[in-house]
This record gives sequence, structure tokens and C-alpha cells, in this order.
Amino acid sequence: MSSTDTPGLPRFDVEPGALRHLAEAQMNVELDTGDMILNLGPQHPATHGTLRLVVRLDGERVIAADPVVGYMHRGYEKLTEFRTYPQITTLVNRIDWLSSFANEVPFVHAAELLMGVEAPPRARWIRTILTELSRIATFYLFLGEMGLQVGALTPAFWGFRDREHVLNLIEAATGGRFHPNFNRIGGLKDDLPRGWAAETRRAMQAILDGCDDFESILVGNEIFEARTRGIGIIPSDVGASYGVSGSNLRASGVDWDLRRDGRPYLAYPEIEFAVCTHTDGDAFARYWVRLQETRESARMVLRLLDGLPAGPIMAKVPRVIKVPEGEAWVETENPLGQMGYYVVSKGATGPFRVKIRSASFSNVSILPWLLRGAYVPDVVAILASLYFILGDIDR
Amino acid sequence: MPRGKLPGLVEGLGVTLRTMLQGAVTVQYPHEREDPAPRARGVIALKEENCTVCMLCARKCPDWCIYIEGHKEQRPPRREGGRVRNVSVLDRFDIDYALCMYCGICVEVCPFDALFWSPEYEYCEPSIANLLHDRVRLGEWMRTVPEQEPLEAGAEAPDAGKAKAKGRARSATPRRGGDT
Amino acid sequence: MSALHLAVDVGWGWTLALKTVVVLAVVPLAALVLGYTFLLKMMSHMQSRLGPMDPGGFHGWFQLVGDGIKFLQKEDVMPLHADRRVFAIAPAVVVVSTFLVFVVIPTGPKLVVESLDVGVFYALAVSSLSVVGVLMAGWASANKFALLGALRAAAQLIAYELPLLLAVVGVVVQAGTMNLQGIVHAQQDGAIFGWGGIGFPFVLTQFIGLGLFLVASQAELTQTPFDMPVAESELVAGYMVEYTGFRFLFFFIAEFGTAFAFAALAATLFLGGWAVPWVHGTAADVLGVPVLFAKLMLVAFVMFWVRFTYPRLREDQLQALAWKVLIPIGLANVVVTGIFKVAF
Repeated sequence: MSSTDTPGLPRFDVEPGALRHLAEAQMNVELDTGDMILNLGPQHPATHGTLRLVVRLDGERVIAADPVVGYMHRGYEKLTEFRTYPQITTLVNRIDWLSSFANEVPFVHAAELLMGVEAPPRARWIRTILTELSRIATFYLFLGEMGLQVGALTPAFWGFRDREHVLNLIEAATGGRFHPNFNRIGGLKDDLPRGWAAETRRAMQAILDGCDDFESILVGNEIFEARTRGIGIIPSDVGASYGVSGSNLRASGVDWDLRRDGRPYLAYPEIEFAVCTHTDGDAFARYWVRLQETRESARMVLRLLDGLPAGPIMAKVPRVIKVPEGEAWVETENPLGQMGYYVVSKGATGPFRVKIRSASFSNVSILPWLLRGAYVPDVVAILASLYFILGDIDR
Repeated sequence: MPRGKLPGLVEGLGVTLRTMLQGAVTVQYPHEREDPAPRARGVIALKEENCTVCMLCARKCPDWCIYIEGHKEQRPPRREGGRVRNVSVLDRFDIDYALCMYCGICVEVCPFDALFWSPEYEYCEPSIANLLHDRVRLGEWMRTVPEQEPLEAGAEAPDAGKAKAKGRARSATPRRGGDT
Repeated sequence: MSALHLAVDVGWGWTLALKTVVVLAVVPLAALVLGYTFLLKMMSHMQSRLGPMDPGGFHGWFQLVGDGIKFLQKEDVMPLHADRRVFAIAPAVVVVSTFLVFVVIPTGPKLVVESLDVGVFYALAVSSLSVVGVLMAGWASANKFALLGALRAAAQLIAYELPLLLAVVGVVVQAGTMNLQGIVHAQQDGAIFGWGGIGFPFVLTQFIGLGLFLVASQAELTQTPFDMPVAESELVAGYMVEYTGFRFLFFFIAEFGTAFAFAALAATLFLGGWAVPWVHGTAADVLGVPVLFAKLMLVAFVMFWVRFTYPRLREDQLQALAWKVLIPIGLANVVVTGIFKVAF
């Protein structure tokens, strides 16, 4: 990777040989006796998908670890070179499939920036509601599934059970539970069906009650605390230098949330919400931060419903959309971290090039540093607490 | 941080016991069925009389799973002294549900309202080849297409250009949902 | 079984055959009942779901039987580098140790396969045989994950033998005998501070012992919170990961059969076993089985309730719990019991 000539594009300078350790991870080398090389993945319950983690163990302690990504690479950036904007909006749902709606938002924003179109207020607010709903869906799965990774079978099912409320809401509004495909350049496809707001209020109450259950069974549990406190501590400077973002960084004490601190987008400048941080930076802190963020998202949805403006949900856009020439970079606070799209347009019906900055790719890059000296069970707890989705890492 | 005065270990046991006594949420499919939302994207239905074989849906499909063949026919003029009409007739309209992504671009893009979403989802087949639904089967799905549901308070009334025309009306105003 | 002797003098050969058949039949049945009630139904309801409902028509009672049939007809797969003989024998070692525990559990004043004078000692000794089987399974599988599971199991199972033993010693000191029938009779005919109304179930004074026994048996059964050897999300099935079909069925029967056995032991040692305070003689023989069953299901309910609620402890944490917490408490319990036994 060398720097390009396009003005404004950030430079990526990598020293030659810096990536060699990745190649070494694929060699079947038994160096010292007494060390064991263990392959966690690509099929393994702890790796959340097709992540391969090659670890060198001394007994149960990790000496070195290397994540090998790419088993789920689907060639998104190449696909976007031959698709039109509506087709790409459909495809990018599937990058981070748990929070699909949140993947569409920055892309559609970038296209709207280039076209000079602004979505009407009602569309912006409904987009915000759906983004927060997808945040709740993603985090709710995390709350249950982290319990599963450290051994508690039961909360995982409660996570799925209560998440159904949110998925049913998203289906009622958009037609798809997991892949809404609801954003359009200039607004949204449809307005909300009647009764949706009342249904959403009920669901948010169920979510808040469910969060209380998670707090009782996991956060307060001495065994859970013993498994997660002090495990996988990410100091804030190390985390920031590796590009870790989202709840992982906030759990290390960095008070940074793009919804509040970045370029204003959607309806976030117009509502009040709290940003949760924690000082410890360990696995427990990451769990706690996401639990509080789930609660805050549920309250945000209630506030958004109260203040939802009336009006059209689509701006006036031409029938055949051709995005004018230019480049746009939009990044948003997605549930897994900071996600960004760099869209280069040459005036056609589809983009010339799209670069996707996915949150999990950077979050996973800290694993070789983070896993040194950890026990094998701690590796599982750390992987669970970082919360990455393979589709987000590999695109 | 235990919430109450009991140690966390005991409280956790209480939550599990309470959940056990509360009863299950399972819907025992196929003995009981849940109805999906009216907007749920289950299957695409074709209203043949509206289709003009413009091929927009087949072109815009991200997966290229719609196969259309048609031919032009000549029809007598509608009134005395008029021109002979050229009419497109649909020969083949297949949607391959093994490829379909259920994105809805075809339904949105159709200028003549010939495609509709239906929440039907029970069409699993033992053989993948039978997932190719032909013209007749797609027409049969029209029975399951729900009525347009009312919108939430604060929504704008649906604009006039999107009227469900039985004939081959073309909307004059720019439609919402840019198609290309 | 001596009741049958009086009725029909069948000789020792037939008696032995009958006893063998009873043990061989009871263990899989026990595994079935426990597995269905707790694993399939109780766990499901704690997770807000129903569990199997269709197999067999009535709430899926046939599920485990069907699973057993399915396992029986599976292909015999062995990893290429596995140690063939050890790999094949390991499940047998584990399941035989389960069968052997059932030999001493009394279900009535005359209903016991063999009433050994070293009953409790024998039961604990024989249940430790499974450690050897687990190690054999993990090593012979030629799989790094199985190896990790087996090594964890070795350390854990041996460490938790001691609290188990110390909990039982308290009961033995109080009853004055290691014979399980004798322990039950001591509870049935005993008196609490002079009042013999409901006998003297040892749980009243040995509540610490019961707690220790439950925790230690949870660890012996490698159940959460002590299921590091079989940590599902790390090692998938730990030492059992390369086992399929009939061999895995052996492990499954052993796991739930041993759970049944430990629950029965806890019921016998602490809750009075088959005894109901005022019932003696043939009536006790008849009532013994349902009474013991009810008591052991209560104990098993607690064991599985804990299993489905808590996360798992890391290996070093559970070792610290055993050596630094449970064993000192067990020793203190034995000392205090001894003092009370001699003084009062």
C-alpha cells in the first residue's frame, strides 16, 4: 500500500516487512518444545464467525496470537464498482448484518452530500429511530452472547427472545427483519405504518426490563465478575492508536461518540442523550458500557418518538439518479464502532470507487497485542467483549 | 453490582426460576403460525395485465434473477382511421427465488405497478429448480398481496402519482424512491 | 433382594444375574429421566422456550430415546492419529464407574444390590475411576482441544475429590458407620435433641456438609460453574470432542447416570434416603423407591438450576476455590462434628 496522488485522501505508509508476521502465522512451525500452536477457528464457537486465531500456547497461557482474517471476504468494494446506488444500498446491509440499517446510513449520506440533497426532517428522525433500534438489536445479542461465551447458557436465549420485539418492529416498518434496505437517496422508502409508535413504546419498555434481568444474572454475578474484571485491559492510548472505536474505546475512559462529537448527522444534534464511559478498560467495562448504551438507546427511541416531526419522508430527487462528480467521506457511530464510507463518484449512476472503513477490522487489529499473556478462557472472554462481526471485518 | 440486597449469585438463581415459571414464548410452528407484518417481504407477485415488458426490473435486479421474454404484436386501432398499435406481450416472466435477495428494487422500479410484495413465506421446495417461479405462479401470489395499510400520524398522504392504476398509466410527477 | 430370597430360593447365580440386569437397566433409565426432565424441559423453560414437543406426541418424551437410537446407528469414526485401543476403551471406563456406584445405593430396607460395610468409601472410590477414563479419552483423541479438556479435567476432578470426601466424613462421624443402609437407619431412627418425631435427617446438622457435597459433586460432574473440561464455547466438547455415535452415548449416559448417582447419594446421606419417619418393614420397601426418587429429584433440581444459571469459573479460579476455600471449610466441619459427637 503506498500513498496515492488524489488530494485530500489520507496517506497510508507501511514499512516493508511489517506484515510478515501474518504470513508466518500460516506456516505450520513447531519451534520450541513445550509450546503448542493451537488454531482457534476458522470454525470455532468463540470466534463469532470465520475468524482464525493462531495462538502459541505455553500450557494454557498465550505467548503470541495472530488473527487471520479474510475467510469471509465477499469483495464489497469491487462489487460497488459495478452497481448503482440503490443496488449498493441493498448490498451494504450485509456488511454488519446485525445492525443492517446502520450500515446504509453513512453510504446514503455520502451520496446525498455529493448530490447536495438533504433528507426532510421526518426522514432524518425516522432514520435515527431505526438506527437506534438496530443498535439495541445488536447490543442485546451481545449482552446474551457474552454470557454464553463465559459459560452462562440461559441469558443468551433471553437476548434472542427480547430482540424479537425489535426485529418485529423493523419488519413492520421496512419489510425485512435483518436487511431493511429502507434508506433511499433523499429520504426513506415508506412512512411508518399506523400503530408503530405505540408498539415501539411497548417494546422499549420490554427492552428496559430485559436489561434489568441481564444486570441481575450477569453483571451482579460474582463468577462473571471473576471472569471479566481485569481481563483484556485496553489502555486508552493503545486502543486509540490501534484504531479501536465505539464502546470498546469508551470502556477505556475515552469520552468520544461520533453522534455527539463528530460531524452532525441524522437527528442527534436535536435530542438529548448521555454517552456512557467506564474507566477500567477491561472486559467487564465493555459489557457494562454496552448495557448502559442499550438502555440509553431505548430511552432515546422514546424521546425520538415524542418529538417526531410530521411531513414528507422523501426529498425531491430526479427519477434517474446520477450523482455528480466528487468525493465524500462520511463516518458514523455504528453499534460496533466507527464506520465510514469514502465514495468517489465520476458522475455516473453508480460510484467509481467506494472504500469502506469498517469498525471491526480495526477492533480486531489489537488482538496480537491484547492476547499476550492471557489464558485460553480469557481469550474467549476477550473476543466476546470486543464484539466484532466477521462480515464487518472481512467485507 | 447486585441490584438488591442479596448477593449476585442468589439473585441470578431467582431470575432463572422466575423465567421458568413465566412460561415459554415459543410459537410451535407448524402447528401454530405467526403472521408476519403486512409489509414483510415474503414473495413477489406479478400482475400480468399491467406489465409492458419494459425490462426495467430485470435490468435493475442486483442478482439478475428475473428472466423476461416477450414479443411485439400488432393490434387493430382503437377507433376508425387510427394507427395500428404495437403491443408488447409477455412470453416468459420468471423470478429465481434461489438467487433473489428480497431487496425490492424490482417492485419499486416498475413504472406500471405490475409487481407487488406479499408476506407469504411458505414456499420451500425439496428441489432448487422448483424455486424458479414462472408467470402463472407469480400471478397466483397476487391473491396474497395485502391492501395498502394506513400510515402513522404525521405522515404525508401518498402522492397522487402513485395511484394503483389498472391500466397502463404513467406517473407525471417525479416518484419517490429514485430508481437509478 | 433378600426379600426375593425368602419368597423363591433361586440361588446365587440367578440372584447375581438379576442384580446385574437391574443395574444395567436402571442406569440408562436414570440418565433418560434426568436428561429429559432437567436438560430438555427445565433448561428450556428457564430459557423461555418449550424444548422438544413432538417426538412421542406428549411433550416430546421420546426425544432422548430417539437420540439414543440415532447414536447407535452412526458410523464408527476414529481420528487418523488416535490411539485406537485407548480411544475405544476410554468411554467404557467412564461408564463402568457409573454402573459401579449404583451397586451400593439403597432404595429400601431390603432393596439394595449389595449392602457393603464400606458403602460410602466404595462409592466415592469407584466414582473416581472416571478420571482415568477422561484422561484416556483426551489423550487418545490426538486433538489439542481434547487434550486441553482432559488436562483440565484431571486437575479439577482430583482437586474436588477432597471436599466431597470431607463432606461425607462429617456424615460418617455422625452416623458411626460407612454402610449406607446404616446411615439411612441412623437418620430414620435418630432423634433431634431427644425428639424423634421426624427422625434425624443429617441435613439439620450437616448443612455445611450438604453445601460442600453439592458444590463438589457439581465439579465432579463437570457441570457449570465447573465445566472447564467441557467448556462449550472454548473446547466445544473438551475431552469428548472426537467421540461420535455409540461411544458418545456412553459418555452421555455416564454423565447423567453419575448425576443421578450423586443426587441419590446426597439424598441418602443428608436427607434420609428411602426412609419416611414412621414407615418400617415391607411398606418401607414399597415406598422406598418413590421416596428416594423424590428426594434425589429435589437435589438434582438444585444442581441443574445452578448449572443453567451461572457462568463458568476459569481453571485457576476453581482450583483456588477447592484448595483455599472448600477444603479448609470441610476440615473445620469434620473437626466440629467430631467435637459435637464426642461431647453430646
